[in-house]
Amino acid sequence: MIDLTLTAPLEGRAPVELGATTLAAADPGPLTLIMPFAGQTEATGAALEAAIGLGVPPVGQTRTAGDVRVIWFGRNQWLVAGAQVAADVPAAVTDQSDGWVAVTLAGPLAADTLARLTPIDLRPASFGPGATARTDLQHMPASITRIGAEAFLILTFRSMAQTLWHDLADALRGVAARQGG
Amino acid sequence: MRLDKAALIDRGSKLRFSFDGVGYTAHPGDTLASALMANGVRLVGRSFKYHRPRGVVAAGSDEPNALVTIGQGAEQDPNVRATVQEVFDGLSARSQNRWPSLGFDAMGVNDLFAPFLGAGFYYKTFMWPKAFWEKLYEPVIRRAAGLGALSGLPNEAKYEKAFAYCDLLVIGAGPAGLMAALSAARAGADVILADEDARMGGRLLAETGEVDGRPGVEWAEATIAELTQMPNVRLMPRTTVTGAYDQGTFGALERVASHLADPPADMPRECFWRIVARAAVLAGGALERQIAFQNNDRPGIMTASAARAYANRWAVAPGRRVAVFGNNAGIYQTARDLMAAGIEVPVVVDTREGAAEDVGTRVIEGAVVAGADGRKGVREIVVRRPNGAVRFAAEGLAVSGGWNPAVHLTCHMGGRPEWDAELAAFVPRRGAVPGLFPAGAARGVFGTAGCLADGARVADEALTALGHKPQALNVPRAEDGAYDIAPMWVVPGKGRAWLDFQNDVTAKDVRQAAAENFQSVEHMKRYTTQGMATDQGKGSSVQALAILADATGRTVSETGTTTFRPPYSPVSIAAMGAGGQGKGFAPERLTTSHAATLEMGAPMMEAGLWYRPSYFPKAGETTWREACDREAAMVRDSVGVCDVSTLGKIDIQGPGAAALLDFVYTGTFSTLKEGRVRYGLMLREDGTVMDDGTTARIGPQHYVMTTTTAAAGQVMQHLDFVTQCLRPDLDVAFTSVTEHWAQFAVAGPRAKELLEGLCDGPIDLPFMGCGPVSVGGLAGRLFRISFSGEHAYEIALPARYGDALFRALVARAEELGGGAYGMEALNVLRIEKGFITHAEIHGRVTAFDVGMQGMVSAKKDCVGKTMSQRAGLMDPGRERLVGLRPVDGGELPMIGGAHLFAEGDAPVRVNDQGYITSVAFCPALGESRALGFLKRGPDRMGERIKAVDHVRGETVICEVVDPVAFDREGGRLRD
Repeated sequence: MIDLTLTAPLEGRAPVELGATTLAAADPGPLTLIMPFAGQTEATGAALEAAIGLGVPPVGQTRTAGDVRVIWFGRNQWLVAGAQVAADVPAAVTDQSDGWVAVTLAGPLAADTLARLTPIDLRPASFGPGATARTDLQHMPASITRIGAEAFLILTFRSMAQTLWHDLADALRGVAARQGG
Repeated sequence: MRLDKAALIDRGSKLRFSFDGVGYTAHPGDTLASALMANGVRLVGRSFKYHRPRGVVAAGSDEPNALVTIGQGAEQDPNVRATVQEVFDGLSARSQNRWPSLGFDAMGVNDLFAPFLGAGFYYKTFMWPKAFWEKLYEPVIRRAAGLGALSGLPNEAKYEKAFAYCDLLVIGAGPAGLMAALSAARAGADVILADEDARMGGRLLAETGEVDGRPGVEWAEATIAELTQMPNVRLMPRTTVTGAYDQGTFGALERVASHLADPPADMPRECFWRIVARAAVLAGGALERQIAFQNNDRPGIMTASAARAYANRWAVAPGRRVAVFGNNAGIYQTARDLMAAGIEVPVVVDTREGAAEDVGTRVIEGAVVAGADGRKGVREIVVRRPNGAVRFAAEGLAVSGGWNPAVHLTCHMGGRPEWDAELAAFVPRRGAVPGLFPAGAARGVFGTAGCLADGARVADEALTALGHKPQALNVPRAEDGAYDIAPMWVVPGKGRAWLDFQNDVTAKDVRQAAAENFQSVEHMKRYTTQGMATDQGKGSSVQALAILADATGRTVSETGTTTFRPPYSPVSIAAMGAGGQGKGFAPERLTTSHAATLEMGAPMMEAGLWYRPSYFPKAGETTWREACDREAAMVRDSVGVCDVSTLGKIDIQGPGAAALLDFVYTGTFSTLKEGRVRYGLMLREDGTVMDDGTTARIGPQHYVMTTTTAAAGQVMQHLDFVTQCLRPDLDVAFTSVTEHWAQFAVAGPRAKELLEGLCDGPIDLPFMGCGPVSVGGLAGRLFRISFSGEHAYEIALPARYGDALFRALVARAEELGGGAYGMEALNVLRIEKGFITHAEIHGRVTAFDVGMQGMVSAKKDCVGKTMSQRAGLMDPGRERLVGLRPVDGGELPMIGGAHLFAEGDAPVRVNDQGYITSVAFCPALGESRALGFLKRGPDRMGERIKAVDHVRGETVICEVVDPVAFDREGGRLRD
């Protein structure tokens, strides 16, 4: 039987560290898109809660327990990251584990760096820890989640991994240069 | 000349800079304008049209004359305002629009022809002969007139764009802006305070008055220090708010590195901000205007406020003797400040009677400055009273004709400012931009005390509108003198009195426009070009309007005003387009086989955002055709492998999935059995073909649709539209899985053999069948579909295994006498089979045109069906899909885009019979084959038709044939 090796979308990319801010490839684990069928959102939430301990968050929010995250992912869509969804949920369930590339951007310059690329309001009062948005990142479709006071999880299409990395690193370098570092 | 007095410069340290190659020194805190003045340089530029010598007239971004070019090579930055550019060590600036030098400008001869070059000159003179305009007149005029030039080289410098949000944006950090920001910040609002200057404080930096019992500069510093400490305040110096847009969005240009001698490599030169504010306070102050008189454009003549700023803030003056002239009380403060700075003020000329103040020098009331002598710098001024004229020696003249509130941003959404006769100025119309609250001098409240109080009051008004509770703020004490203006716009008399310095417009030009019946402000503006330069007439438009009003016997209010558009001051395109240069224009989408493909030496072509291989060259092959012919034959003879991951893949699930597919496709998918695939055609609502592709049923309520690479996004959008708007009753969910799967076509007589050697079990799929597959223990999907006409499969595994799977497939194909094939061969194979792509379904053709009307099911409705059946779209005379072969065999020396004509007809538009969409040399046929659209095409099989490629100058007689040229029965597919 053939043994196929796997390749991560940002294979070989060492983290970019500037000052105390780091851009790094991330592995959010299995990604499963959950789209409840008509009128089944609550039931889907309950089934997910029973299966992975997390229900579906409201629009623009996430629910997190350890490494498992349920991310609001658009109209009638939630992305379960970090856990297999084996449960029988009344929803369309689609494996998206390989469809997205994930990076984390964390540190004091993280929000200023993102502000170079995405038009959303990143102020903590509007976009605090746990907040998530489907938006543009430069010209890429992205999912951006604040996973800590100064940390973000950023997803875009796997095929755009190199552009994502280039644009984020470039923006981070520009912001860092203003700090004299 | 540098004055011996305290100023906001660091005399302890010296900076070296050059202007037109001559070295000078300056101090930190200097602008290029103040530094040139300190070094006795009064002549800084030549005017646009007449090449008149010009000097600095302002102390801010409203400067019309002192425009210079900074930097060399690709980064050369023209039209930089010397009044804004900070001096750094090593700064090299050059003057513009002069030849051979600033001091001797040969084009200055234009000035001698001024009597012939007035308003409307171009329109009157260059109308005939018509052909001369483009070839002769325009190039000559462009060479003679103009400002700085771009280098013409690609600018590699880094620029940046950024987004920011706040509750309150305060525009301008003078007394009004500082009070507004302080008030809002203390009330807990998120505040952004943006100011154009490197140093915040506005006029407080330039005036000597006290605030709260201490110098205004100190109060400003203390206030800025407090704001700096507050976490809810962002200070943005060197940031010009350039435009007001819908829903509280403002554009702003930040100068990030253009003031630094040696900026870090990664630092952007400029940043273009989009700031979204719930409310904004416009505290941009006011701009002083001059009074026009003969030769009022001589270097050394400047606004009174600029003269005060240069003396007070930078300790410089245009000369030892500076006279003062004006129509309001500000001239006396000017005289006092200049004298206190050690400048001799020979005379203060007041247009008014009975308003003189004792300032310790000669004051002449009821008088005007009627002229100035001294070509490259003023030497003497002529003061005229009813009883005669007196001359005064002066190296400078400070002029005040009153103040214009900086209403510009309030005009950006169509609002026109209102004339305030008492202030003799336009003031903002209330509510002109929703959520933008003008304060202080920007709305005509002049004077420090007035601005301090108004800034606090207007901020409170804005905060209340936002639901914040304003904090009662003590307004610091300050004293304001009276303004007491008596309007005067132009001094009557002979000679040219200059209004718009940037476009060389005189008072006479405006009168001439009126005399020639260009009486509307808009007509006058365009006829004279008044206010059409990069400063949009900041220092001159009001005078021009007043002169037009006078010439047409109307009031200024009746005459009206032109408006201001964004940007407030010029913005480099590089900053607005930051991040979008070159490949930054769009993301690159790379397939999982990208690295392996490059290793195989394949040249890449762009397919939308994707990169796909054109062909895979082998040793000894020198042209793409050799590789392409080999790859096409290889697929027909053994087996080929091609990455098809770029095709859109949409996962569709739910009880309504089948109904959705029946509704969006012309064919029926509810009857498709599980484990089977069907070809589908999708129409737009207007009945035109949108896209085609195959859809597989992989469960009772589970389908996977494929789209073309080009239309993947469009189809996804279409499904969203259909399910949200047309059929919200359907219980269906769908999502793109394009990126999750790496999918490869394996095509050719040995395809099955290849897969059986690779997969974990036997392959047993009928044509148009699909099912799960296991490769190395990994679960994937297998489809038996073909775009080549061969026995073929598409195999899909999760993308992380794409690289390994591609390498394994190619290696095995090579063992079987095959290999990888690229887009060129893929195109050949499908043309041989008459399969369509977006070259054919290009947005103007119907199912009928491509011979697929039979696929529009009669048993059900679908999007576009009714519209596709309109008589005009079913007319047999339409251009319809055919195949074409050269009657003599061989190759067609043309590509898509050639047109078809009857053999005996001239190849001109009226004889057009159709066009070619795709051409390829087909190794399987030994000749070229084309697809195209021909009037009544399917009814003309066997006819001769003339194909003409007008671009390449080629004409070939073709035979009309069936679009399917190879294996018409499809035996190879099904085998």
